[in-house]
Parts: sequence; structure tokens; C-alpha cells
Amino acid sequence: MKNISSAAVGGKAGSNKMHNTIVYVKQHWQLYALFMLPAVLLTVVFRYIPMGGIMIAFTEYNPIKGILGSEWIGFQNFTRFLSSPDFLRYLVNTLKLSVYGLLWGFPAPILLAFLLNRILSSKTKQKIQLVLYMPNFISVIVLCGIVRILLSPTGMVNSLLGTDINFMTMPEAFRTIYIASGIWQGAGWASIIYTAALSNASKELKEAAVIDGANIIQQIKAVEWPAIKDTVLIQFIMSVGNIMSVGFEKAYALQTDLNLNTSEIIATYVYKKGLLDGDYGFSTAVGLFNTVINVILLISMNALVKRMNEGKGI
Amino acid sequence: MKKKTEFAKYPSEDKAILIVGYVILGVFLLAIIIPVIYIILASFIDPITLQNSGLTFDFSKWTTTAYQRVMSNAQIWVGFKNALVYSVLFTIISVVVTLLAAYPMSRADFKGRGFFNTLFVITMFFGGGLIPTYLLISSLGMLDTIWAILLPGAFSVWNMIIARTYYMGIPKDLQEAAEIDGATEMIYFFKILLPVCTPIIATIAMWQFVGMWNSYFDAMIYLNSASKQPLQLVLRSILIQNQPEPGMVSDMQSTAERAQLAELLKYATIIISSLPLMILYPFFQKYFDNGIMAGAVKG
Repeated sequence: MKNISSAAVGGKAGSNKMHNTIVYVKQHWQLYALFMLPAVLLTVVFRYIPMGGIMIAFTEYNPIKGILGSEWIGFQNFTRFLSSPDFLRYLVNTLKLSVYGLLWGFPAPILLAFLLNRILSSKTKQKIQLVLYMPNFISVIVLCGIVRILLSPTGMVNSLLGTDINFMTMPEAFRTIYIASGIWQGAGWASIIYTAALSNASKELKEAAVIDGANIIQQIKAVEWPAIKDTVLIQFIMSVGNIMSVGFEKAYALQTDLNLNTSEIIATYVYKKGLLDGDYGFSTAVGLFNTVINVILLISMNALVKRMNEGKGI
Repeated sequence: MKKKTEFAKYPSEDKAILIVGYVILGVFLLAIIIPVIYIILASFIDPITLQNSGLTFDFSKWTTTAYQRVMSNAQIWVGFKNALVYSVLFTIISVVVTLLAAYPMSRADFKGRGFFNTLFVITMFFGGGLIPTYLLISSLGMLDTIWAILLPGAFSVWNMIIARTYYMGIPKDLQEAAEIDGATEMIYFFKILLPVCTPIIATIAMWQFVGMWNSYFDAMIYLNSASKQPLQLVLRSILIQNQPEPGMVSDMQSTAERAQLAELLKYATIIISSLPLMILYPFFQKYFDNGIMAGAVKG
């Protein structure tokens, strides 16, 4: 099909191919100039130009002198971060928050999907889903506002317990609050994808399993788990790929001066150093460090899953 | 009655598992419902009573002060208006750009597809980060303008992949028939392809709308003027920074009274600000479900 126009042209294969492309682009110029242009423009301007701006990380950046005018200091910003006494704390805070978040948060929606799948009446199921999905539509700010008032010394939790503990000022409570509120908000919504996969599990297969006298555990092993295994794997790789990008918005909104010991993560540190203190070069270096770890994690995770899963990754 | 017989069919060890399962589900549901009911009730209680003794069903202690004070505050409405403007415009721009780009990317014969794909996918995993992006926005003169909110996130690679997958699921006969009828690419895309893609368009539009409505980071770093603040930033000062808008509490005599009132205002603020999406979302739920399923197809 593609070669109709080129067949008449002849000549060397290379220039032939080139010619094909030119003819194609001429014929389909709209695909480039109208369909692709806005997206490419936005991507280049707002994604690639900032990548060039990473150079700032290697300078003593001075906004007046600009990137090229600022003093080039090599890896000094990085060594300053890596050798600072706080470096390990921020890294550990970031990792703990996301790894624990993954350990607790990842299985929660899968469990919910299995449970929902066992609800026999579809009307009841819909009503339950309506409630489960609701917290997903609450904004980060409102969620953190809710958490703060419920956990305040005079809030709901303390009046139920008969205590007046100020949870928001306790460094040791931060991770639990962050992760539990994350599950509260997101687990129901995240279960949709597994519920969908489970509903694809062949009804006949399941009926056959029931007739054969398989109990629930056996049914899950033989019918339901195989139906969602691929989805679980993909979701898992994606979550691991996002380990270093724990949400800035929520961590920042749950921070108080007193819980910073555990609540200061790399993302919030980058923001404070960069935009509040104006230490641009250093902040960019810290951000870059974060991104690079993230990319490495994603690539190695994908390779690992590929090996375990007979060559299937993403 | 049917349910009961279904349940009775299970062998006894399965019944035990099921009961444990239902209990877990029940606890999860209660964990969502109880705080919501608590906040609704608490928002109507006199601030002093609320602080000293918590919820009460002595209706003489109930008041709508908090709602009156929040509703009569101008900044909340400025926030609502800005959030609506930003969310609508962002949704339109984002959906148009994303749907357009997804079309060539869905065609097997599109030359340069591999190149563009790489160009886009890299940005999903790697980026310049906060400061370089901020400096770019600043040097483009977009600080404290609506463009800083609308443009940088307008093209979503993830949504483009979902739309592309959806286009690819449309039967090829449709395109062939259109070509035979002499339809140009533009006519095929706008008149034939888009109308059969409404479910995915609705889904992406709602994702973008809700995402913009609920976010605060970009507005926090790029917008300075109070008149440009979206709702979430106004909420942030009330709920997170404990700084109610001026005028909400300033008529109170003592600091203690102001603090109590400020605490009560939080409850009412949460209800008022969340109400629109809470009411609307059940109507749109099926679209969201569809979208997630479309996203589940490997991109």
C-alpha cells in the first residue's frame, strides 16, 4: 500500500525510502501540522526545555546571571546533599513512606475486589461501591483537613478514646496517618480495575469449580487469581516505578513543625530549599537525584518482572 | 430469600471465610461513613460545646453560624469561580490536544510514530523537576497568570495512550468505508471517529476536570494574587494553615473564641467545598468505570 507511489520512482533503496517519506508527509501533512503539533509543542516546551535546565544542578545558580552566566561547580551540589547529615533521614523518610505505603496500600484494593466479587446481589454491590469510591473525589486538601480535625486533641478519635493526644505533632504517627488515610481514600477506587478483571473470569470455569467441590480458597487459586494476575503485575510495576515520587501535595499538607522528623521527604525538601529559600542549584540537584533513583528502580523492576513472568513486562 | 439459600450452599469452612470477609468489608465501609456523618453533625454544633463535649443531640446547642460565616465570605466564592474557570478551560485544552495527538499515533501507517512515541514516553519517567520548570514558566512571563495553570500539564501522555488504544479498537471497516466514500482524514476523524468515541472522551474530560479541581500545587507555586486563587488554596489556608479568611472570625472578642470558631468553620468548609463533586459523581460513575477498563488494556 505504502509503496504505490514509490514503485514508479525507482532509484536507490535509500533515496527511495526518503522519497516515500516525503510523499507520505506531503499527502498527510494534516496529521503532522494539525494533529501532532499542539502535543509536540507542549511536550518540547514544558517537558524537554526543563530537562535542559537540569544544568542548573551543576552551577552556583544566580537568577540574574542566568544558567550560562552562573558559576560552574561540577558535582558540588550533589556532594553537599549526600554529605549533609539530613540526607539519610530524607532518603529514609521517602523510602519508608512509599515502601510501607506500597506494602499496605497495594494489597488493599485487591482484597476489596475479592470481597466485592463475593457479594451476590448486584444492587447491594453497587451501593457498596458508591460508598467505597466516594473518598476518591475528596481533594488532597480536604482529606488532610479531615484528618487534622478528626485527629485533633478535641476531635472525633480522641473523644472516642477518651484521650487528648495531638497525633499531628507526633513524628511516630505521621507514616501511619499518611498510609491509612491513603488507603481510606484510594483503595475503593483502585479496586475498580481488579473488579473489572475479576468479572472477566469465566463464569463457566467457576461453576465447574463449584460443582467439583472446590472451596473458596481453591476457587480463588484456580479461577480468580489467574484472572487478575496480569493486572496485578502491571499495577505493581507501575507502583514501584513511582516509589520515589510519593505525593508532594499530601505529605506537605500533613506536615507540622513538630512531625518533620518523619514527614520531611525529598519532594518537600526540594520545594522548601528551592522555592522558599531560593537555593536553585542545590534544589535541582536534589530533585535530579530523586528522579534518577526512580528511573533505576523502574528499569530494574521491569527487568525482574520480565524474568519471573516468562518475558512479559511492560 | 434467594440470598440466604445461596449462602447456605457454602460448606461450613467457606462460611467462616465469608463471614470474616464481610466483616472486613463492613469495617471499611463504616470507616468511610462514620467520619462523614461526624463531620456533617459537628458542623452544626455550637463551637464551645463542640470543643468541650463533642457531638450533642441537644438541639438548643445547634447552630448554622458556621455555614453563614463561610457562605458570606467573598474569598470562598472567588475560589469556587476560579476553580470552575481553570477546570473547564484546562479540560477543554487538554482533551482537544490529547485526542488530536492520539489519532496519528493510532495509525499503523503513520510515519514517525516510533519517534513521537519515544518523545512522549520518556516524559512519563524523566523530567527536569521543580526548579527548571519554575524558571521556564517565569522566563516565559507566565508567573501569576492563568497560563501557568493551564498549559504545562495540558498534554497527558497517559490519556493519549488510553485514547489511542480506544481508537485502535474501532473496527477498520469504518475507515475503509469512509475512504471509499471519498472522506478526507479530517472528515473521518471529526465526523466518524470522534462520535463513536464519546465514552472515552467523557472519561478523559472528567479525569482532567476532577484532577484540576482538586489540585493545589501548581496554583500555590505559580499564582500570588488572592483574586486568582482557586478553591483549594483558599481551603488550604482555612484547613491546613489555621488561617481563616479575614472577616470570618475577626468579630470574636477573645483569642479562645476565635480559635473555637475557626475550628468549627473547618467542618462547614469541608462540607460546602466537597458537596458539588459528592453530588455529581454518582451520575458520572459509569463513565469513570469505563475509562478505567479502557486504561486496563495494555497501552
